[in-house]
Amino acid sequence: MNIDAFRKIEERAFYALAALLGLVVLIGLGAAHYMETHGHVVTGMTNQIVWGLPHVFAVFMIVAASGVLNVASIGSVFGKPVYKARAPLSALLAIALLAGGLTVLMLDLGRPDRLIVAMTHFNFKSIFALNVILYTGFFAIVAAYIWTMMDRKVKGFSKYAGFSAFIWRLALTTATGSIFGFLVARQAYSSAILAPMFIIMSFSYGLAVFIVVQSFMYAWNGLTLDEAILRRMKNLLATFVGAVFYFTIVYHMTNLYFAKQWDFERFILLDGGIFTTLFWVGQIAIGTLIPLAMLLHPTLGINSKSVLFSALLIILGGFAQLYVIIIGGQAFPLSIFPGMQETSTFFDGAIHHYNPSLPEFLLGLGGIGIALLITTIAVRILHFVPQDDFHHVSKDALTD
Amino acid sequence: MSNNVDKTPDSKSHDSSRRQFIGYGAAAMAGLAIAPGITLFDLAHGRAPEEAASSKVRWGMLIDSGKCATGCNDCVSACGKENGFSGSRETDSQWIRKVEIKDLRNGQSHSLPMMCQHCEHPPCVDVCPTGASFKRADGIVLVDRHICIGCRYCMMACPYKARSFVHEELQDQNPDVPRGKGCVEACTLCVHRVDRGGQPACADACSAAGHNAILFGDLNDPNSEISKRVATLATTQVRGDLGLNVGVRYQGI
Repeated sequence: MNIDAFRKIEERAFYALAALLGLVVLIGLGAAHYMETHGHVVTGMTNQIVWGLPHVFAVFMIVAASGVLNVASIGSVFGKPVYKARAPLSALLAIALLAGGLTVLMLDLGRPDRLIVAMTHFNFKSIFALNVILYTGFFAIVAAYIWTMMDRKVKGFSKYAGFSAFIWRLALTTATGSIFGFLVARQAYSSAILAPMFIIMSFSYGLAVFIVVQSFMYAWNGLTLDEAILRRMKNLLATFVGAVFYFTIVYHMTNLYFAKQWDFERFILLDGGIFTTLFWVGQIAIGTLIPLAMLLHPTLGINSKSVLFSALLIILGGFAQLYVIIIGGQAFPLSIFPGMQETSTFFDGAIHHYNPSLPEFLLGLGGIGIALLITTIAVRILHFVPQDDFHHVSKDALTD
Repeated sequence: MSNNVDKTPDSKSHDSSRRQFIGYGAAAMAGLAIAPGITLFDLAHGRAPEEAASSKVRWGMLIDSGKCATGCNDCVSACGKENGFSGSRETDSQWIRKVEIKDLRNGQSHSLPMMCQHCEHPPCVDVCPTGASFKRADGIVLVDRHICIGCRYCMMACPYKARSFVHEELQDQNPDVPRGKGCVEACTLCVHRVDRGGQPACADACSAAGHNAILFGDLNDPNSEISKRVATLATTQVRGDLGLNVGVRYQGI
């Protein structure tokens, strides 16, 4: 095939993909409109489960947004050339994912029309308000970072911009974890460990998302990822997955040590129905053990398809983990009278049930559509396909 | 004697200023003597609309679970009627609910109403991003319906599950109690009644039913019935371990 014919097909494919993603976004917006006009009564959310599926999608994207920037940070802050070549794509994905996540979060508000209120009224004691500032700042810093990477005149500032973005993203994920960590009354939360746990979750989800997008882009352009790069990235991914596993164990072991937390742990680990299944099958088996085994396997670990498959499993496991944390954490009843059995018309003392509705799912999917649409368009306009022209770099520089 | 001394114009004016002083002094003394009465009268009869709530007052309730009858739902019905809500679906607002608790160690049961505990350090106010959740100077915790964005973080933070989210369009609202789809709400301690010198509808209903299990009053006034009982009886703050210093206290649990 000559290059002109390839370009023609590629252009058509681009427009088809952009149209498809645009449709997903439109469906998501339609779902949000439906939820807003009818009220949250059309969702599965209740006065017991107040944050539902949209929060799972939104938190995943926000956490992954800060994590996906790690690729750029390793390049700029720690000076690794393999990652430096991927820094623009990494920064772009960070902005795209954050935009997708925040859109979902905003459209799930009871009053999304009051966005301007959220941007003009701040209660600085609220970690939520702090997050609004951190998210806005993240957009600005990462945009500046991209600018320093693209404009030769300001390239000298790239390292500083990268460093600022790295510090900022740590603060951002700390604050995201603290949204839950600061909830003193709920047994699933109220723990300082959630902040570092969310940071390590972001490393894992972010890199997994990066590998998926990168694989897709290489396949799209008919390129093959260098095996050395693949090996480095999958080793790093395995390390992050292992670290999330470690934090998960510490979180549950700490709870198991406190007698007052036993009932909650029994719920999540043994008899919590869907949450127990999602924990063991979703988070632990699909999201942790299987991808770890594949990534560390001597032959599967260097096969680009199986690395891609592992990254997809890690993303699925991430969703399962957030579902257990966010919805499972609310499903377990508040202990208002510790040591007492409680019953009421407001479902005190009872396990709360949640049946996610289609509009919620479509809204979440719409957020992913936004992230991918931004990425697809920006990659094409800005030519953010990683350029691996590092063969002249000494072998010593190619460390993980 | 000085009394017989002719009075110069100067001494006359001195005398008159002394008389004035005594007069003012007497008025001040009288003022001091009746001020508490006036204050009480003021509190009992509400305050003028332009007057701000005062931190001199801390409104609270004392609930005697010994007098609260199992199966009696009068406080809940009265609250619903007053504030315009009903229903007990999972998406329906419940500003107050009857909770039946049973001590698993000795099998003892109690029935009590549970609502916003009007904390001194309310977690809902801490977490609210826009400041819509706020505490009035007189201790009543409220939601400003104009700046609530419906993020529901306060519902996640409340240890008492006291807040509800309005899941659908509302009809036939009480003009005194504006509510709206997409906003969070909770017991207002019937602030509209309290500001007019009344007491919450639940407390009235409980008295009307002859139970008198809900005592409303000013926790800051040492002479109020509620303060005297809180000072002398063993009362409980629910989840007292959280150190929130709640305005709603319980007796008998």
